[in-house]
Amino acid sequence: MKSTLAITAIIFTIGFVTLPVVMSDSDYGWGKDEEYDRSSTGVAAISNPVYKEECGSCHMAYPAGLLPARSWTRLMADLENHFGDNAELDAATHQSISKFLLANSADQSNYRRSRKLNNSIRLADAPLRISAIPYFRHEHDEIPERLVSGNAEVKSFSHCNACHTKAEQGSFNEHDIHIPGYGRWDD
Amino acid sequence: MKTHILVTVSLLFSSASITLANSEAMDTLLQTYAAQGAATTNAEQGKRLWVKTYQNKGEFSERSCTSCHTQDLTAPGKHAKTGKIIKSMSPSSNPERLTDIKKIEKWFKRNCKWTMGRECTVQEKANFLAYIDKPTNF
Repeated sequence: MKSTLAITAIIFTIGFVTLPVVMSDSDYGWGKDEEYDRSSTGVAAISNPVYKEECGSCHMAYPAGLLPARSWTRLMADLENHFGDNAELDAATHQSISKFLLANSADQSNYRRSRKLNNSIRLADAPLRISAIPYFRHEHDEIPERLVSGNAEVKSFSHCNACHTKAEQGSFNEHDIHIPGYGRWDD
Repeated sequence: MKTHILVTVSLLFSSASITLANSEAMDTLLQTYAAQGAATTNAEQGKRLWVKTYQNKGEFSERSCTSCHTQDLTAPGKHAKTGKIIKSMSPSSNPERLTDIKKIEKWFKRNCKWTMGRECTVQEKANFLAYIDKPTNF
């Protein structure tokens, strides 16, 4: 009897956890602005001190809402070879950061940019690079190479905060863009 | 039974709240290393290892501690790939250094593997600590 109860409880929990994932995966393109809460325009800012410390010491602490859960899971599974660097974590820290990333991933977020990023990714894909996401590429396709890879102060699209001055606060608003050596960017 | 739990709980709390002073963290680590076979430290050896270059496959084929931390431990370094500034290694210019055992071991593990392709031995770690502690003497 006890075990039946336990199993039922587990099934219910799984059901509730996966429900929002399934619902948010509906394929309606990248979505219109009106579909989102006006106050949540960017992505959620990073609030987790462990994540900030562990991941932010080598690079910008990318907001969790920039990748879907399946991408974070893939990334966290191979920290020993993390884009060519070793970023191993002890088991407890690994678990704590994974939990934070999965709970705040793009597919769990109601922020506009998170939804757009997430909705542009095919369900079969789990990109590791934010800069490989279709919505990201679409948003950056007019930026000439000389301003990024040819720009010593930017070098790569991986360095969000080189141009997006409020990236670490989760804002990718056009008004906050300042490309080093070039200035403001208007579409 | 009750006292047992009480003792365990209070032990847990006290160990979590200990913050070690600079030399204390280093002393503790060096004692641990000594118990594992590295009875003495050699800062000069540490320095030699610090500047040594290792060949690797792929990106950054020549790797060294200096790839990111430079040869001047009293000055800030820069992550070879991301370009993020790394605070200086020497406790004389950055008092936070060598104060957190967990942090020291974490970076030893990651960075020895990235640079040398393997974990450092306890002797190498002991020598590194001695060198990082007083880099300007060597």
